[in-house]
Amino acid sequence: MSDDARFGLARTVSLPGPLALDGGARLSPVEIAYETYGTLNADGSNAILICHALTGDHHVASTHPITGKPGWWTRMVGAGKPIDPARHFIICSNVLGSCLGSSGPASKDPGGAPYAMRFPVITIRDMVRAQAMLVDHLGIGTLQAVVGGSMGGMQVLEWAATYPDRVRSAVVIASAARHSAQNIAFHEVGRQAIMADPQWRGGDYYADGKAPTAGLAVARMAAHITYLSEAGLTEKFGRRLQKRDAKSFGFDADFQIESYLRHQGISFVDRFDANSYLYITRAMDYFDLAEEHGGLLANAFKGTNTRFCMVSFDTDWLYPTSESRAVVHALNAAGAAVSFVELSSPFGHDAFLLDVPELNRVVDGFLRAGE
Amino acid sequence: MSLRPDLAIIANNVASGSRVLDIGCGDGELMAVLRDAKGCDARGIEIDGANVSAAVARGLSVIQGDADTDLINYPDDTYDYAILSQTLQTARSPDRVLDDLLRIGRRAFVSFPNFAYWRVRWSLMWSGRMPVTAALPVSWYETENIHQLTIEDFRAFVAERGITVENAWFLSGDRRRGAAAANLRAEQAVFLLRR
Repeated sequence: MSDDARFGLARTVSLPGPLALDGGARLSPVEIAYETYGTLNADGSNAILICHALTGDHHVASTHPITGKPGWWTRMVGAGKPIDPARHFIICSNVLGSCLGSSGPASKDPGGAPYAMRFPVITIRDMVRAQAMLVDHLGIGTLQAVVGGSMGGMQVLEWAATYPDRVRSAVVIASAARHSAQNIAFHEVGRQAIMADPQWRGGDYYADGKAPTAGLAVARMAAHITYLSEAGLTEKFGRRLQKRDAKSFGFDADFQIESYLRHQGISFVDRFDANSYLYITRAMDYFDLAEEHGGLLANAFKGTNTRFCMVSFDTDWLYPTSESRAVVHALNAAGAAVSFVELSSPFGHDAFLLDVPELNRVVDGFLRAGE
Repeated sequence: MSLRPDLAIIANNVASGSRVLDIGCGDGELMAVLRDAKGCDARGIEIDGANVSAAVARGLSVIQGDADTDLINYPDDTYDYAILSQTLQTARSPDRVLDDLLRIGRRAFVSFPNFAYWRVRWSLMWSGRMPVTAALPVSWYETENIHQLTIEDFRAFVAERGITVENAWFLSGDRRRGAAAANLRAEQAVFLLRR
């Protein structure tokens, strides 16, 4: 690896901006936390940008500095994987609005106080614009590929629509070109749980460190259900009781599923900021790529030279196959080169992060064909 | 790698560098030949997920879809050729599929098993049983062929619709048969159609 300080693990850059946001505000400066892996080749043609999901971070294939856990997508990124530092120059940045290193509501405003709810409401396109600023900063013109699942997939679609000449291949996994009423509904439950927590206090909880953790944990619990399939839950937990032989006739976590969800909620609040959760879920709810292009999704991809690979999972009811198909139809109408497959997996939406060998085969073949 | 005989005929008769949509492309064997040997821009549709994965893994643009429901989303005149090999007889609405083929592509290759092939007739005539042959290898209760047809049926069908037959090839195994007695002697047929 070069000794260029822009490249490597756990980087942070403060870009002067200003970044003009969809909501009308201008953000300056723009802090972006990111990591790079591998070496940019001489003609700069092997760069792959990976976009993370709602609560993800830039530690895509490196050990997380706080939790000590391996990167969140080591099944896809690493030596011998479809996205391989030996072959690719890999970039992953923390999204705008997050709390894991990039500018977000927990960041300090120009006056030195946390933005909290004074942080401007952002969109998926704003996140992508910030990533484009980072890509510029790294000296890269065109990306070999932009790859992402879930909210990451939304960013990939937005990249292809906003910067068509800068994306040669796009990989969109378990995602959608818009948030459905049901998607918005689940997010609203989460946001209301946070805002109903008396510790939320209009978002100004940073000073005394008493964050609305109870509300955030409930938000995570509700969301976590949507990431799993019913069959998966039944198989993993069924109606089994948690470390007891009989029901307690109380409201303790009698069932394993209750205990599991509580654990998911509690461990989430250690690593995530409640206000960031509000902002990022809002950005996802606002996402409707067709709306940005006169109501017709095909217009978002008119004349595109980008190759697309769309993958859905048969048990994903959060972003079901029909949403991927709608994108595929629009891409066909636009004459784009598109591949699409619905893979079988018992894991629901979470499948894109889990061990699905077929997904690796598809992504590997698709990326290699574009190299 | 040798192509299935009907696919070999199609591969030999597609113009180099053309844009091709292969409907029911399987694991993409014809598309790969068209891409590698003829420099075609080949796209595919395939209903079976495992086949789609295999095709995408070899670098082809293939979408998982159904000829009966997904062709309507393709704009007019986007391809030089639309190919429907051994799939017409599995469509719910073969007539609509054929209309879509010639709407999306300027020309269409269509191949199908001939239900009037003499072995098929023999089987029906002498054993009174639904035929199981090389071209129709699956028993009646599990076959995907829901609209069996003969070469004569197809000729009449395209004539009624004013579709031009530019060329036709008739095969028994991998041997060519003449057009005259094809309805009796050919196990399968390949037609090249034009609007």
